[in-house]
Amino acid sequence: MTPEELEQIAEIEREAQQRFSQRLNVCVAAGCLSCQSQLVKDRLDAEITSRGWGDHCQAKGVGCMGLCAEGPLVSTGSGVMYKHVASSDAGRLLDSLEGQPVARLVCPTDVPFFQRQKKIVLENSGAIDPERIEEYIAAEGYRALVQVLTEMTPAQVIDQVTKSGLRGRGGAGYPTGLKWSTVAKAVGTQKYVICNADEGDPGAFMDRSVLESDPHRVLEGMLIAAYAVGASEGFIYVRAEYPLAIKRLRIAVRQAERLGLLGTSICGTRFSFRIDLRLGAGAFVCGEETALIASVEGKRGTPRPRPPYPAMEGLLGQPTLINNVETYANVAPIIRNGGDWYAGIGTEKSKGTKVFALAGRVQNTGLVEVPMGITLREMVFEIGGGVPEGRTFKAVQTGGPSGGCLPSECLDMPVDYESLARAGSIMGSGGMIVMDESSCMVDVAKFFMDFCMTESCGKCIPCRVGTYQMHRILSAITNMTASEQDLAMLQELCDLLKHTSLCGLGQSAPNPVVSTLKSFAEEYRAHIADHKCPAGVCKPGNGAAL
Amino acid sequence: MSAYFTKPVPPTSDKRWKLVDATMRRVGLQSRGLIETLHTVQEAFGYLDEQALRYVAVSLRVPLSRAYGVATFYHFFTLKPAGEHTCVICMGTACYIKGAQQLLDAVQHDLGVAPGETSAGGKVSLLTARCLGSCGLAPAVVYDQEVAGKVSVPSIRERLSQWTQHFTPRESAAPQEPAVARS
Repeated sequence: MTPEELEQIAEIEREAQQRFSQRLNVCVAAGCLSCQSQLVKDRLDAEITSRGWGDHCQAKGVGCMGLCAEGPLVSTGSGVMYKHVASSDAGRLLDSLEGQPVARLVCPTDVPFFQRQKKIVLENSGAIDPERIEEYIAAEGYRALVQVLTEMTPAQVIDQVTKSGLRGRGGAGYPTGLKWSTVAKAVGTQKYVICNADEGDPGAFMDRSVLESDPHRVLEGMLIAAYAVGASEGFIYVRAEYPLAIKRLRIAVRQAERLGLLGTSICGTRFSFRIDLRLGAGAFVCGEETALIASVEGKRGTPRPRPPYPAMEGLLGQPTLINNVETYANVAPIIRNGGDWYAGIGTEKSKGTKVFALAGRVQNTGLVEVPMGITLREMVFEIGGGVPEGRTFKAVQTGGPSGGCLPSECLDMPVDYESLARAGSIMGSGGMIVMDESSCMVDVAKFFMDFCMTESCGKCIPCRVGTYQMHRILSAITNMTASEQDLAMLQELCDLLKHTSLCGLGQSAPNPVVSTLKSFAEEYRAHIADHKCPAGVCKPGNGAAL
Repeated sequence: MSAYFTKPVPPTSDKRWKLVDATMRRVGLQSRGLIETLHTVQEAFGYLDEQALRYVAVSLRVPLSRAYGVATFYHFFTLKPAGEHTCVICMGTACYIKGAQQLLDAVQHDLGVAPGETSAGGKVSLLTARCLGSCGLAPAVVYDQEVAGKVSVPSIRERLSQWTQHFTPRESAAPQEPAVARS
C-alpha cells in the first residue's frame, strides 16, 4: 500500500458516499442496540428499498453518538438528531428528510452536552460504519501509518508522542513517550505490543465504545507503536463480556490484513506486524499489566513484583509495550497533526482530551470527550445536565474501585491527573458516577470493598486478608453494630493495604474508604454513634457484631 | 521428549470436540492457549466438566491442577451447566446506585437461589455481572443474552414469572409440552 493507493481508496469511498444525497445514521453500538436500534435500521432499509430510494438515500449503522440514555439515536445527513426512535417511526423519518424534522423525536444538539465536547478519540464515533475499513480510510484513517512508514524513523515517531505530552489513559498516567522509548531501547529477540482492553472498572465503558465504534483507530495506533518500538507481534486483550467489540475487532483485523495494512512487509517496507485477539475471562486484576501478561500466557492472572517492568521483561520474558485502548486511539491524530498540536490542548501537565463515561444520578448519561482541565462542576451540571428529579448533588466518584468520592467542595477543581490525585481520587480509566442524597457513602465504600475483596487474586496477604477485614468492618458499620475501635482499625488497615500490597489493586483498594472518611466522616459517625443512616439506605441488620 | 507426544483422542464422538481441537491446533498445542481453548469448550458445551478439563490439560500438556486453577480463577468459566434461562443482573457502580441491589434481592427472594445458582428443576440461572458497560441504561439486566435497560422490580418479576409460570418438575414436563408452547 502506497500513499497514492490509500488516497485512491479514500477517493472512491468519498465518491460513493456523495451519491447519497440523504443519509440516516443509526447508532448500532451496544447501548442503542439494547434499545432495539437494529430493528430501526432494518425497518429503514426495508422502507428505502420499497420506496425505490436506494439510489440517493442510505441508512447506515454507525458507532456511539454519546447520549446513551436517550437511545436509540438516529442522526441525519443535515445534522438533525433524533432520540427514542422506534422502528415504527421509520417511514415518518424518511418523509421528513425533504421537509421539517419530526418535532416529537428531535434531540437538541445545541446543548452543552454536545457543544462542550472536544472530540479527538471519538472523532469518527457516530459518523462512520465501524465494520467497513473504507469508511475509516475516507476519514483520513491509516494516513498516519503510511506517513510513519514512508517518511519517519522510529525515533521521530517517539519524539512526536513525547512532545504531545500524552499520558497513559488506563488510569496511572505514565508518560506514553517515555514508555515507548524504554521499550525501543530494550534488548530482545522479539518485542510485543499489547493493547489492554480489559475494561474492568464497574461504571466505565469508554474502551468498549471506542472498540465498537472505531476499531481501526486502535489497530492503527498499535501499528504505529509497533513500528516505533520495533515489535512484530501484538495482542489485544479484550473482555469476553464485550461480544460486539470482539466481533468488530475481528472484522477490522481481517479487513486490514486484506489490504496489506497488517501482516508481512506492510506498505512494501520491511516492517511486519500481526495482531491476535486474546479474550479475558472476567478477572478485574487482569487490568494490571503483569497479571494481564500472565493471562495472555494462558495462566491464572496474578501479578508479579516489578521491576523488572514489562518494558524490559514482559510477555514470554521479552520487552513488551502495554497501553490502554484510549492511549492507542490518540496516536494517529497526534502523528497526523503533530505532537505540538496535541500539547496545545489541556492543562500544563495533563495534555489532550479524556473520554468519560458519565453515569449514575445525572440527567444526561453517556459518553463524553472533554479537554483536560474542565471543572467537575462543568462536567456534572453543564454537560451532565445536573441531578434529576429535583434532588441535590452529593458526590462524584471517579476511578472506579481504585478511585475516590469527591464531595461538592471539590466541584470547582479541574479534572486532570494531579488535581484528582491531590483530592484523594484518581483519574482512572474514565468512569464518572454521580450520586445524590439517596446514596449512603458508607454503603458505597462497602460496595467497592466487596468488589476488591472478590476480585483480589489471593497472591499477596495484605490484599487477600486486608480487603476481607475491611469489608467485615464496613458491613458492621452499615449494620450499626460497629464501635469506635472498629473505625480506628479500619483506618489502620487503609494504611497497611496501601503500603504493603503487591499490585495496584490492593494498594488502591482503600481509596474509596479513605476518600469517604475524609469528606463524609459525619456519615460514618452517624452509623456508629447514633445507629442511624442519614441517607436511609442501611438498616440495623442481623449482621453479627465484630 | 515432546517429539513423541501424540495428542489424545476426544473423550466422546461428540462433533463439538472438533471445534475444541481446531482451537488447540490454532494455538499450536501450546500451554499458553489454555484460556483460549477453555473459552471454546464453554462456548460449545456451555460449561467445563471434569472430562473436558482432563482432555484439554493432557492435550496442551499442562497439569490438571493448572487447568482446574485457571478454570476456577476466572469468573467467566463455569463448572456447572446453566439453567434453561439465564438472568444476569449487572452490579456495576452505575447500576448499584440506581437500585440493582433491590432487583437482586427481589429475584433471590422469588427464586430462592443465590447468585451463581440455578433454581430447582434447572429452569433459571441467576448470575451477577461486574459491569456490562451499559451504564447509560442503568440498571441493566441480561435475559438470555438480550440486554434490557432501566429495569424495575415489577418488570424483572414479570419477566421471570413468564419463564417460571409453567414450571413443573422435570419428570412430568414432557406430557405438558403443548401448554408450554402456547405461552
